[in-house]
Amino acid sequence: MCRNGGATHPAMTQLEGAPLRRAVIAFTAFLGGLVLLLASPAWAEGEALKGTLQNQGQPVNGVKISVVAEDGNPVAAVTTGADGTWEVPVPKAGKFKVTLDQTTLPSGVALKFKDKGTLDVQVYEGNQRNVLFALVPAGQQGSGNTSGESASSFWDRVAQLTFEGFNLGLIIALAAMGLSLVFGTTGLTNFAHGELLTLGAMAAYLFNAVMGVPLILAAVIAVVIGGGLGYLQDRFFWGQLRKRGSSLVAMMIISIGLALFLRYVFLFLFGGESRPFADYNAQPGVQVGPISAAPKNFIAMAIELAVLVIVGLALLKTRTGKAARAVADNPALAASSGINVERVIRIIWTVGGAIAALAGIMLGLAQNINYQMGFQILLLVFAGVTLGGLGTAFGALVGSLVVGLFIQLSTLVVPTELKTVGALLVLILVMLFRPQGILGRRERIG
Amino acid sequence: MDWNTIFITTVEASIGWQTVAYALAAIGINIQFGYAGLLNFGQAAFLGVAAYGLAVTVSTFHLSFWLGIAIGLVATVILAFLLGIPTLRLRADYLAIVTIAAAEIVRLVFRSVAFKDVFGGSDGRQNFSGDFFAINPYSPGTYGIGPISFDERTTWVLTVGWILIALSCALVYLLMKSPWGRVMKAIREDEDAVRSLGKNVFSYKMQALVLGGVIGCLGGFIFALSQASVQPDLFGTEFTFYAYTIVILGGAARVFSPVVGAAIFWVLLVFIGNTLDEAARAGAFGSWVTVSQVGSVRFMLVGLGLMLLLIFRPQGIFGDKREIALDAR
Repeated sequence: MCRNGGATHPAMTQLEGAPLRRAVIAFTAFLGGLVLLLASPAWAEGEALKGTLQNQGQPVNGVKISVVAEDGNPVAAVTTGADGTWEVPVPKAGKFKVTLDQTTLPSGVALKFKDKGTLDVQVYEGNQRNVLFALVPAGQQGSGNTSGESASSFWDRVAQLTFEGFNLGLIIALAAMGLSLVFGTTGLTNFAHGELLTLGAMAAYLFNAVMGVPLILAAVIAVVIGGGLGYLQDRFFWGQLRKRGSSLVAMMIISIGLALFLRYVFLFLFGGESRPFADYNAQPGVQVGPISAAPKNFIAMAIELAVLVIVGLALLKTRTGKAARAVADNPALAASSGINVERVIRIIWTVGGAIAALAGIMLGLAQNINYQMGFQILLLVFAGVTLGGLGTAFGALVGSLVVGLFIQLSTLVVPTELKTVGALLVLILVMLFRPQGILGRRERIG
Repeated sequence: MDWNTIFITTVEASIGWQTVAYALAAIGINIQFGYAGLLNFGQAAFLGVAAYGLAVTVSTFHLSFWLGIAIGLVATVILAFLLGIPTLRLRADYLAIVTIAAAEIVRLVFRSVAFKDVFGGSDGRQNFSGDFFAINPYSPGTYGIGPISFDERTTWVLTVGWILIALSCALVYLLMKSPWGRVMKAIREDEDAVRSLGKNVFSYKMQALVLGGVIGCLGGFIFALSQASVQPDLFGTEFTFYAYTIVILGGAARVFSPVVGAAIFWVLLVFIGNTLDEAARAGAFGSWVTVSQVGSVRFMLVGLGLMLLLIFRPQGIFGDKREIALDAR
């Protein structure tokens, strides 16, 4: 592929681009307004019962909640979504009985008050009533009668969401580092990178939950496996394709085929449900200032940060790291300066596979493990990488943190289920205004 | 094993509604990817926007069926502009990432609780196909040869679908013979050369994106009408990847290859799926493969097939190796 081919004359781009660009901005703004208009009635009109099930700040999904009217007629039964939310529209205002089916709670999670599985709630005209079920790790239930509702201030929420945003951003950054370096050195947009995350999480699950190895040791093994598979993938698959002279677009579509294949291998082996690791999945939360989180989140963030710093330092200080950046910058020039490009690429694949596996384990700790987890976060990784600048390692880091923070903080104004939409919209807007990303350079994009 | 049923469902799959919907989607992708070299990984969104445009107009706002079709078409064109304007000037992989992201945005908005009043959440929308089946010329009964037959509703959907496929193929054939088509292929081969001849490359690419999206969206209508319902998760990324597999299987940049590709793809998929299913039920794999796992084997085979095709025969069945847009930037 010719990197700089197709670069439009800047003046020409400006000429044909300016009115169109303005039109798009206006149109996007219009659509945004439309979205708000359409969204607001849903919140203002129509009585409904809704809520979000959370345990230690983490969503609890797949729990059955049924609503029965005062006269005993069942209204509806729903299960909570991946983000823990549920909603039951009710026909009219009145009293309703909301029952949480305690048998559908995941293991390790229980109702705080066993006798509060059924709540009587009053819904007023036009009211969307929030119903709270207090959940705690199993074994910590009380039987008192205290209210589960707490009024946290706006800034407490901002602090909490910023913390969660950093947590998510660091996980995205771990995945993005490998993706971005592989892109920089080989030009491959690897759609199968998300499956490396799933693989890491599943390998750790296999050792931890199935074979009973402590999670930390299982994670180390999984990271080694991830690195090994990264190496083997390049040695026996991508490297061979490069040698055959497969074009980049062909390799991109091959990576899609590989992603599809691996994802359904995971489904075949693991099944369709979400499962947690055996360890640390029901830790009591601790309160640090306005932030409440399980201790494992702090430790996970520390590990993520440490790994990112080590990789960053390795890129800046070591010979191999410098070589990697040189290859990412210009493979031909790097090769002619005596750098063994193939060797550098193999190291990048190995390290990329290892840190992707680590990212997968961290993601499995933060959510649960399922066969789609890698693909679901892949688009956010792309958003982070593009925002930071395709092919730049540090850009990927910055972009991912911004994406993580944006996703969590956007829940202050948009419904939780649409938080990903915001991040993906930002990806499209970046294309419009600064396609090279925050740290990227203009000539890469043409 | 019930070979008779397997045989009938397989033959029916070769002209069934799935083949029709995917063939239309693939014809659209063939224009974008095969002829113009654009990597649109969001074809599912084009079909989804069209299907929901129709369904929401009729079932949520109780307007007429034909207005619904018009709104679906307009929504598709708008989506093409929204995706094309930021990305068509950039390298091919940017368009790929943006379109796949847009497809997810569209799907998430369709299934969100916030817009449940409009789009119906994850249950989608029903009750919009009445007017379409009201003009069904076939009287109730089954139509077909021997055991291979469809009821009058399916026959009507398939008749309309295959007419649309024929018209789309004719359009593609005429367009690609015209100077417009030659410029399109030239853009795929060397964008700079075309630009230096004074052609507005951006505008041509946009036309290809819009045209491919509109033909694909006809598949969205067929999809929605044949099921008489729309659901957000039908328009996930897997849909687009299936359609790509179909285009590459048939051979990119050939007029009829998406249609033949779709037929072969669905025949294989249905045959393998049903055979594995029957075999698993009969206990042929023992405890090794259960019935519920068979579904994932089908997807694995699609992924594997896509990889092997691109590695060993990127031109597919009918394509010409020199004419494949795989070197697009």
